[in-house]
Amino acid sequence: MAKQMAKDPQKTAVVTELQVIEGNALNIPMYQLLKEDGSVHKGAELPEIDKELALKMFDTMQFIRVLDERMIAAQRQGRISFYLSSLGEEAAAIGSAAALKFEDMIMGQYREQGALAFRGFTIEQFMNQLFSNAKDLGKGRQMPVHYGSAALNFMTISSPLGTQIPQASGYAFGQKQSGDKTCTLCYFGEGAASEGDFHAGMNMAAVLKVPAIFFCRNNGYAISTPAAEQFAGDGIAPRAVGYGMKAIRVDGNDIFAVYKATQEARRLAVEENEPVLIEAMSYRMAGHSTSDDPTGYRSREEEEARRVREPMIRFRNWLVKQGWITEEEADAQQKAHKDTVLTALKEAEKIEVPRIDEIITDVYAEPTEALKVQLEELKAHIRKYPDAYPNTAGGAK
Amino acid sequence: MAKMNLLQAINSALDVAMAKNDKVSVFGEDVGHFGGVFRATSGLQEKYGRARCFNTPLVEQGIIGFANGLAAQGSFPVAEIQFGDYIFPAFDQIVNETAKFRYRSGNEFNVGGLTIRTPYGGGIHGGHYHSQSPEAYFAHTPGLKIVMPRNPYQAKGLLLSAIFDPNPVLFMEPKRLYRAAVGEVPEEEYTLPLGKAEVVQEGTDVTVIGWGAQVEVIERAAELAKKDGVSVEIIDLRSILPWDVDTVAKSVMKTGRAVVSQEAPHTMAFGSEVAATIQERCFLYLESPVMRASGIDTPYPLAHEKEYFSDHLKTYEAIKRSLNY
Repeated sequence: MAKQMAKDPQKTAVVTELQVIEGNALNIPMYQLLKEDGSVHKGAELPEIDKELALKMFDTMQFIRVLDERMIAAQRQGRISFYLSSLGEEAAAIGSAAALKFEDMIMGQYREQGALAFRGFTIEQFMNQLFSNAKDLGKGRQMPVHYGSAALNFMTISSPLGTQIPQASGYAFGQKQSGDKTCTLCYFGEGAASEGDFHAGMNMAAVLKVPAIFFCRNNGYAISTPAAEQFAGDGIAPRAVGYGMKAIRVDGNDIFAVYKATQEARRLAVEENEPVLIEAMSYRMAGHSTSDDPTGYRSREEEEARRVREPMIRFRNWLVKQGWITEEEADAQQKAHKDTVLTALKEAEKIEVPRIDEIITDVYAEPTEALKVQLEELKAHIRKYPDAYPNTAGGAK
Repeated sequence: MAKMNLLQAINSALDVAMAKNDKVSVFGEDVGHFGGVFRATSGLQEKYGRARCFNTPLVEQGIIGFANGLAAQGSFPVAEIQFGDYIFPAFDQIVNETAKFRYRSGNEFNVGGLTIRTPYGGGIHGGHYHSQSPEAYFAHTPGLKIVMPRNPYQAKGLLLSAIFDPNPVLFMEPKRLYRAAVGEVPEEEYTLPLGKAEVVQEGTDVTVIGWGAQVEVIERAAELAKKDGVSVEIIDLRSILPWDVDTVAKSVMKTGRAVVSQEAPHTMAFGSEVAATIQERCFLYLESPVMRASGIDTPYPLAHEKEYFSDHLKTYEAIKRSLNY
């Protein structure tokens, strides 16, 4: 049978016996190297990772876990308005980001703070965004966790789900045209994969052969909706085949498997202009965000059962067995992160909000005349009622 | 100079832009070898190759999502949506992404290189889904620029400005005039300013404001009014976002009367914004309320297109209502 025969109906193979293809005809196994206890599967080939890189990946995981825990608490205390934890999914973000070149673009959904930290986003930068203060790169315009940094090739997060997927196709197309041998990695969840933009972006990437990696974190939940109510087939990975795209299913909680899968996807993307869909199987141990309570939609038993697959212990056990870190060193590292995070939090909290003048910048490259007039009217109003606008009254003079 | 129709002027603008900067690319449904259903992109694939002028799959949200990403990467994508009536699957990408890209990132990223071209408007027996004028939906979106040219000369100069403007631009082309409007157009590069209206005809009794294909309708109405001894000042807004309030206000303060003539359905069309602004800026100069001639508040009909349309006679009547109030 000719490959891709559907492009030419004349070449479509003919059968006289009616064939009904089962919806689950394609079942894709999950690539795994590390067992849950951190030991290596017999015959499994670990990626070439030196001690320095392995420890950086682990350190980033520890940092993110501390940051997430502390900021959930800060939200509960009313110090920030919102937070969104990546608990349990750190390996998926950090393992994939580690397999990229720094020049590659990352487009996140909103639960990939590990990838951003791996790229070098500082604790101060995290905090300034979370407190939407004057030093936030995003000028205090978006809810907490909507990070972005041009210097780190990490596209600013936007809330609408899946919009970054066709954008990744376009960005990668530009990279291909420029010939600079870079790619775009685009994260999203299995819930966002139900959006029309998923279909749009995947199909365009496959047809236009762009160097993009579509990295789906299948963490089992879209807010409260479990995966079983999200799709009927065998998850997200088989969909790639329908688009004529390569697919990998990987254990998202096995940082080595994620690293190796992403490395291969990057090779295919950059060297062969073959986009790849990676589905990383994980579990959202946290709630969706600080705005929901998982006990309302799943059982403690389920959470406990999934906890044994969590990624950090697995990696830590391997590192200890390897002799690259001791339990004491790992604990000390965690303690140090706690101190750093707390200090940075207290510091960021003290920084004032952006100046009121920033309310009209960046709508356009230059503010329009109408916007300038509206700003002056607004400032006059604030001057008239300074007590009603205490954050900006000082800057409205 | 050469005689060109509006399509040829668009094609010439794209050609000039692509020759000038190799980061300009043109894509959309059927725009490749075929040259687009209206032929606005004819010959561009042959001249600049398949990497810079190409067909996309049939997916408007994908076309604009892709274009957003490509613009963010530093290119100048000119994305075509085949009909303005089919732009709505891309509404989220345009309103939530294109328009907010720079603002939400604190200028870390922008899609300023993006231009979206789409034909709009009726008069081609296109029924509901090949005739709409959806500009007002987008005019409610800070961060976008919206440009609507009235003739070939304007189309080329404004499109060249749009492509290289550091902001994303929605460029809406009056499809009724694609072949009907013919005029002298320079073959080389030239630009016309965005956000600036043009006084198309000076007059003293009443100011009539329009944009895009409607300017031609207004000109015919003004001819009728002239026979009654009425001197009409005609303003083509050219850009409706941002729009040139000063030129309109200056004219209305001079004439004391204002009429907006627009193709879109009456309620919440862009003329509502123009009328509200005129009463804010010119209240004590006004001799009569700001009048509007619009399409009626129905979906765009087929058999009754002529009756639905805000034609020269309805515009003429609005001028008389303004004068005889």
